[in-house]
Amino acid sequence: MPTSIDRSDVQRLIEEGAQLVEVLPPTEYEEMHLPGAINIPLKSLGRETTAKLERDRPTIVY
Amino acid sequence: MSPRAAWRLESLGFTQVFDYVAGKADWLASGLPMEGQLADYPRAGDVARRDVPTCRLTDRIADAREQAQGSGHSSCAVTNDERVLLGRLGADALDSDPQALVEEVMESGATTIRPDEPLEAITERMRDQRVGSILVTTPDGRLVGILYRRDAEQRLKESAS
Repeated sequence: MPTSIDRSDVQRLIEEGAQLVEVLPPTEYEEMHLPGAINIPLKSLGRETTAKLERDRPTIVY
Repeated sequence: MSPRAAWRLESLGFTQVFDYVAGKADWLASGLPMEGQLADYPRAGDVARRDVPTCRLTDRIADAREQAQGSGHSSCAVTNDERVLLGRLGADALDSDPQALVEEVMESGATTIRPDEPLEAITERMRDQRVGSILVTTPDGRLVGILYRRDAEQRLKESAS
């Protein structure tokens, strides 16, 4: 089950090497995103688009 | 949107999925760094002075005044141990009875803004309302600093030139 986290958790997990995924549309991502985040819009979230991500690494989605 | 994405990632085999529900707006409003085309757009948090003097509810006005004068500010932010903003002492309050307690004379519902407020818009509002300074807090009420209109105007002038 996904775990809901707050800002301080995000900061801690990033320091520990979590991967960060923004699921908003590309235009919003291009304007501003969290440092190091990659963009996979919710509509295109699937096996192919997530192939480069590591399954066993902590993954933060926003 | 992010809860659905989080569940979808789990269904795709991700074993440790975390959902930052408050998302980008919360991150930005806390004055944390961003990347992207608009990341360098000037915001209140970029110009707010972090050295705003603080005092406690049970301090005497005389102590708060000394604190403010020593730091070159004309107001004092009232905070608790968690740095959560509880009120503000303006110049008039700092000139009141030196033996009074801060909580007796402070302005409880002090107006605040978030660090991600676009500088141009907030400066215009401050000008319209003839406000010289405003306190900046995070979404959870923690004091970031104080934004002076003159600092904001100076920054905008520099950005335009």
